[in-house]
Amino acid sequence: MIKLGVPSKGRLMKETFAWFSARGVRLSKSGSDREYVGRVDGVAGVELVLLTAGEIPRELAAGRLDMGVTGTDLVHEKLANWTDVVAPMAEMGFGFADLIIAVPACWRDVTCLHDLDAVAARFRAQQGFRLRIATKYHRLVRQFMTAQGVADYQLVDSQGATEGAVKNETAEAIADITSTGATIEANHLQILEDGLVLKSQATLWHSKLAQGDCSALIEKIGIAP
Amino acid sequence: MSRLRTEITRLSAVFQSAGAIRIETDILQPANVLLDLYGEDIRARAYVTVDPLRGEQMLRPDFTVPVVQWHMAESAEPARYTYDGPVFRYQDGDTKRTAQSEQVGYEVFDRGPADVIEAEVFALFHKTLAPYGLTASTGDVGLLVVAIDGLTTSDARKAALRRHIWRPSKFKALLRRFSQPVLAKTLGAGGQQIGLRESFDVDERLVQLADEAAAQPIPQMEIDALNDLLEIKGSLLDALTQLQSLALRLPVITSAVDHMLARLTALRVAGVDVSQIGFEAAYGLTAMEYYDGFVFGFYANQAGWPAVASGGRYDALARILGQGRDVPAVGGIIRPEFTVRLLEGDMQ
Repeated sequence: MIKLGVPSKGRLMKETFAWFSARGVRLSKSGSDREYVGRVDGVAGVELVLLTAGEIPRELAAGRLDMGVTGTDLVHEKLANWTDVVAPMAEMGFGFADLIIAVPACWRDVTCLHDLDAVAARFRAQQGFRLRIATKYHRLVRQFMTAQGVADYQLVDSQGATEGAVKNETAEAIADITSTGATIEANHLQILEDGLVLKSQATLWHSKLAQGDCSALIEKIGIAP
Repeated sequence: MSRLRTEITRLSAVFQSAGAIRIETDILQPANVLLDLYGEDIRARAYVTVDPLRGEQMLRPDFTVPVVQWHMAESAEPARYTYDGPVFRYQDGDTKRTAQSEQVGYEVFDRGPADVIEAEVFALFHKTLAPYGLTASTGDVGLLVVAIDGLTTSDARKAALRRHIWRPSKFKALLRRFSQPVLAKTLGAGGQQIGLRESFDVDERLVQLADEAAAQPIPQMEIDALNDLLEIKGSLLDALTQLQSLALRLPVITSAVDHMLARLTALRVAGVDVSQIGFEAAYGLTAMEYYDGFVFGFYANQAGWPAVASGGRYDALARILGQGRDVPAVGGIIRPEFTVRLLEGDMQ
């Protein structure tokens, strides 16, 4: 029996079910809609495990899931050595999201990371503390900022409603995922020209540590191992 | 007693007989001081833990900050200290390096002649490490600092370059940017005023951007000289000859080259065979962010090893921690786990 991890609710779950269904594997929640127990039809020897998308990387890395569906962003953020522990099997064509850096639109002088770095230096000199960037993607943003030579900033944790952090004065800028940019704009922010940290989409991952034989499932859904 | 313990005690005794007082510092340090000093990058290296009452705390990523703070509180000068104990750094994505490692250090706070103090510290490390057959590399961040100050350009551009000395790729990108005519910039569309940054600061920077747009590129001759400076590499004696000839094209570095020459003389007086020491103008710019003058490291010919010992001058960091008090500071650390492995290798 191999374990397949799938997001447990919302659009991501529905689209994952549809993706597998189009490939002859029917995933469903068994029992009531509130129960997190699933069933798999169309291929034998696969157990469906429903859990939040954010926990799937950890379970894959530990080998407790053989395969799992979650975003590129979450795997890259949560697993420091992701290339050692998981392998992407298929990009699934939904759940598109870009991790971007955005600053207040009223900062007319800031359109790129070079400007952000210059303003961070001024801000620190004036305010006595480092310019704050609100995000939940600490590792990815820190690596990106280091590679791009941005200094004098600090990350502050924000697990939700991140776009409101500037208005609430808990941060000066944000790093968050967006698909259309509408929420960014509605919160009086603008995305930096070169502020794309990562392009993400829902991806089917294989755990390099899991022991299960995934060949039947891989063959059924028709992806190259 | 384990071999490692014996080695730590031995190294500490060497530093104490050189005049250092042995001090101890806490392993748990308040995170805010370290974060303010080193910036967000330190979070990628240091273990951060949260105390509901005291807030964020860090497992000591190095001894420099607590030792300087100790000195500022004690305030007797000149002072020489030694310390030993574990430091903690996590290696993001690199599971081969250990997160906990031992250091034995020696730090000098002394207003005496800079070249003599630097030579004293280097000579002590050189002599202590002589039995291990290591290669010594040195550099001097001060050369780059004076070279930047001497550029024909605005103070704003000089400040931007100085700020990024320790980020070589950003530094090179800035040099390229400043060596060309400024491209016209499309400003943002604007929007509702939100956040702590006030509109006057935006206006002020818009004026600065307009000035910047009219700025003359830094003359190519100066850019070339600065790039040539960064390329200088060789034995200490060889590098000094190269620097003396570069100083004819880049006269602003003359004072820093004279300082190097004085240090070389002091090293000889201290009994160091200077012919065996390497020098690189760009040495230490990536890994040793808080050093702002003379820097050094000792290396074993072993793949994947860090420097067995390293150190240098860090006046700017001491000044920040001193809150206005200016204390010249030179020091370094030895990694006894590696000297022990070299000793064991000898015995086989």
